[in-house]
Amino acid sequence: MDSKKLKVAILGSGFIGTDLLIKILRSKYLDCTLFVGRNLQSSGMSKAVSLGVAVSDRSIEAIAENPKNFELVFDATSAHFHQIHAPILKKLGIIAIDMTPAQVGGMCIPAVNLKECLDKDNVNMVTCGGQASTPIAYAIGQVHKDVDYIEVISTIASRSAGPATRANMDEYIETTEKAVKVFSGAKKTKAVLVLNPAQPCINMQTTVFAKISKPDMVAINIAVDDIVKKMQKYVPGYSLVISPTYENNRVITMVRVQGAGDYLPSYAGNLDIINCAAIATAEEYAKRKYGIQEY
Amino acid sequence: MKNILITDPTLRDGSHAVGHQISAAQIAAYCKAADAAGIPIVEVGHGNGMGASSLQVGLSLLEDGEMLKIARENLTTSKLEIFVLPGFATINKDLKPALEAGVDAVRVAAHCTEADITERHISFVREKGKLAYGCLMMTHMVSKETLLEEARKMESYGAQGVILMDSAGAYLPQDVKEKVGILAEHLNVPVGFHAHNNLSMAVANSVAAVEAGASILDGTAKGFGAGAGNTPIEILVAVLEKMGYSTGIDLYKVLDASDVAEKELMKVLPSIKPISVISGLAGVFAGFSKHVERVATEYKLDPRDIFFELGKRKVVAGQEDLIVEVAIQLSQKRKTQ
Repeated sequence: MDSKKLKVAILGSGFIGTDLLIKILRSKYLDCTLFVGRNLQSSGMSKAVSLGVAVSDRSIEAIAENPKNFELVFDATSAHFHQIHAPILKKLGIIAIDMTPAQVGGMCIPAVNLKECLDKDNVNMVTCGGQASTPIAYAIGQVHKDVDYIEVISTIASRSAGPATRANMDEYIETTEKAVKVFSGAKKTKAVLVLNPAQPCINMQTTVFAKISKPDMVAINIAVDDIVKKMQKYVPGYSLVISPTYENNRVITMVRVQGAGDYLPSYAGNLDIINCAAIATAEEYAKRKYGIQEY
Repeated sequence: MKNILITDPTLRDGSHAVGHQISAAQIAAYCKAADAAGIPIVEVGHGNGMGASSLQVGLSLLEDGEMLKIARENLTTSKLEIFVLPGFATINKDLKPALEAGVDAVRVAAHCTEADITERHISFVREKGKLAYGCLMMTHMVSKETLLEEARKMESYGAQGVILMDSAGAYLPQDVKEKVGILAEHLNVPVGFHAHNNLSMAVANSVAAVEAGASILDGTAKGFGAGAGNTPIEILVAVLEKMGYSTGIDLYKVLDASDVAEKELMKVLPSIKPISVISGLAGVFAGFSKHVERVATEYKLDPRDIFFELGKRKVVAGQEDLIVEVAIQLSQKRKTQ
């Protein structure tokens, strides 16, 4: 085991958890010491076993029994279960990166507020749509302090949404709306999630609408280009489809997220963006712990 | 004589036809007329349902709560129903206040392969002791076997009926027969059908649905609805009577109600415009037509080209943002040619 790597566990063996595992195996700063679910027969578990990772089907118990083995846990279960896991992890002194929309800890969008998240012992990765839309909303909010309204719509391929995502539609909306509001400063926000059943699957796409009384389109375009470059450092498949455009009395911006094709094919940009964001955050904890400077 | 339950979404699907600008007076007038005619269920709200007023699909003139309040005041025997699409509407923000405002029935909808997103919302409605139906949208996109699998999920969540929606007006009677037929054969709850008239098949498809075992049908006054509109309720009632089915609706009064709707609600009567035919052929959600017309004018494009491109991308309701993307791409392509 590499002594300069942060010891992490993944809780939840669904799409998010399994994709996260594959990405962590490539990380210079993270070492996945346990992959935890509830059913050894699940396809995520089989994948982990095939990758030579230690697995357990005993959920949070597996963490609580050997807390010394873990410095950080990614919780990729569901909003409901994270509510239960959060106090346990806190008591054990393990940092929690919450992949569900449970909103127990502070919201983290790495391109916007990574540094300030590192003092917290529980950070919330908002939602996949939130990771895609909030940076754009933040950039617009940096240009205009008086944004009246921001609306964000994410469309994802049906095949890329696992059972917990599907059961958490309401939490997705509430959490995304909150993140967009907090980071953009807009007076009112709205979030919509559309699952598209098309075959072949469509790429994840996110649209940000902004209502601003006198939009400075030049400044907005500069700010958005800047944040997109920051995003691309940790989410390589993030790209602008439509640059900020004034249309029908609103500013419309569209981004597409193509995944790396790790656990699910590349259409599942929703898995990639939230997982890349979570890894960028966890690596920052690792770098701070080991005093690594990397720019 | 077999009874067919008629649901009337004039004040919900019709919302698409007028850019979601239905007024308080219009809701009151039509609810009174529908109630007098004995229409069992009247559906009210934004075209995309509760919580859908947005830049994406169009802002409503009235808040959801306001629409429900007026409808409630004007319905005595007809049940008041709402449409809820998870992804737009949430239990806390939308469903809970609607039930408190006196809604009797809720249709919880999902695109044709997404039934599991309706579980919590259907359960919530049932826990509150209200009527819950499941709706599968854009059902032309998948096979009858897939639809059965999804409909069974809705039934298992507690749906008291499952309605197949032909959201793009793409069905022919044979499609209805197969898809409604398999559900009617295997489900233990009633099966319904919601038609759009893009290919002038709404009444014929509704008849095919009943013959295949459907016992819930949707109709709107003079077909007032998205795109080419829906099945005209006054014609549907007459046809069902002729076929020997009962609906409990007074034929004269439903004919009167449709006149009230024409006078009070419609700037123009629903008709099958060329773009509606293309929308039906391309299998694109009927609610897109107003947005496509606007964007086509703005970018000086043929709306039919936009519809075919959207069809290629297999868009579903809620993806109205793609209309602008497609238009920008088509106009860039034109410039380079």
